[in-house]
Amino acid sequence: MSNNLKTLTNGILRENPTFALVLGMCPTLATTTSAINGMSMGLATLFVLVCSNVVISLLKNLIPDKVRIPAFIVVIATFVTIVQFLLKAYAPAVDEQLGLFIPLIVVNCIVLGRAEAFAAKNSVGLSALDGLGMGIGFTLSLTVIGMIRELLGTGAVFGWQVYSDHYASLIFVLAPGAFIALAYLMAIMNKLVKK
Amino acid sequence: MVLSLVSIALVAAVALAGVYLLTQETITKQETEKKESAMREVLLSAGEGAVFSEPEKVAVDKDTIIVHRAMKDGKEVGAAIETRENGFGGMQEIMVGLDTKGVIIDYKVLKHQETPGLGDHIKEWFKNADKPKQNIIGRQAGSLKVTKQEGDVDGITAATISSIHFLNAINKAYAAYTGSADAHSGASKQVKEEKEADHE
Repeated sequence: MSNNLKTLTNGILRENPTFALVLGMCPTLATTTSAINGMSMGLATLFVLVCSNVVISLLKNLIPDKVRIPAFIVVIATFVTIVQFLLKAYAPAVDEQLGLFIPLIVVNCIVLGRAEAFAAKNSVGLSALDGLGMGIGFTLSLTVIGMIRELLGTGAVFGWQVYSDHYASLIFVLAPGAFIALAYLMAIMNKLVKK
Repeated sequence: MVLSLVSIALVAAVALAGVYLLTQETITKQETEKKESAMREVLLSAGEGAVFSEPEKVAVDKDTIIVHRAMKDGKEVGAAIETRENGFGGMQEIMVGLDTKGVIIDYKVLKHQETPGLGDHIKEWFKNADKPKQNIIGRQAGSLKVTKQEGDVDGITAATISSIHFLNAINKAYAAYTGSADAHSGASKQVKEEKEADHE
């Protein structure tokens, strides 16, 4: 049980994909223009992570070592396409906001990284937990970055106006703000976790 | 080795085909609904209970503009026009509602890639009723221009390019509407010439 719990919390803190492993920077920087966008991206990745981890863990003895990477990519791409169809059908507004970055989950190194480093070596249950933990970690970090950028850039959090956007500095919604917010958060995380 | 990869790909293909079939209908429905609601939205009260005629495709300035005429009790009350123009960051796609005289009822930006916080103000800047100098609602479409081009519309601060192209898109909608109303009379050609003259 403690092992299960450890696997789950691993991705949230100690091996947080964004702040500790520094993986998946492209969607992290590009989609966190607001809290809701960051969270949607995180949840889409979470779904793909859990599904691909489970399937790859199930198939691990059937896939020959030499073709494992192409096989993993096919599995991941399948789930990403499913997410894209589902978003288009049931959450078109989210799909419009995230646009290109949904198909790009295929090449997100967190997903392939967990398949290769964890799911290919562990049981189905543990792989599912690992995917869930990593997904939650990714979702949390993206939501936090999105919240900070939205708050400083437009004066709102989750679309709820905190102070007048007259005093907000737009740069935080634009690309440089992503780097600034990420860097400060990473520094804070390092300070807290490494102690 | 080959066999296992092929079978994985096959299973994946079958799964995807299944999800595609399940979601396709909803996706198409969502898209048409979204367009329909935008068409009604930009016509405000004129759109209520109106029936849209078959979309007409009109060529304006090497571009295709789609005109949806709104009919009520057999009479035309205006049109919702899907227009577009290359903006600062990419294509701006705008739905604009015009009454039969070409006066702007309302507009809605369907898709754009303008800079967040600057160019993306096109969404609401030009329909701010409190600032008549930048408001284009209720104005005659056709030859709208920003003050920088010696027109009489206040463009968006620090996003002149986005504003110019936005107004161009609206003018194109007008050209398409008047052009399609009387395709043989040369009305659209006239508008075009006027527009070209404006550029110089």
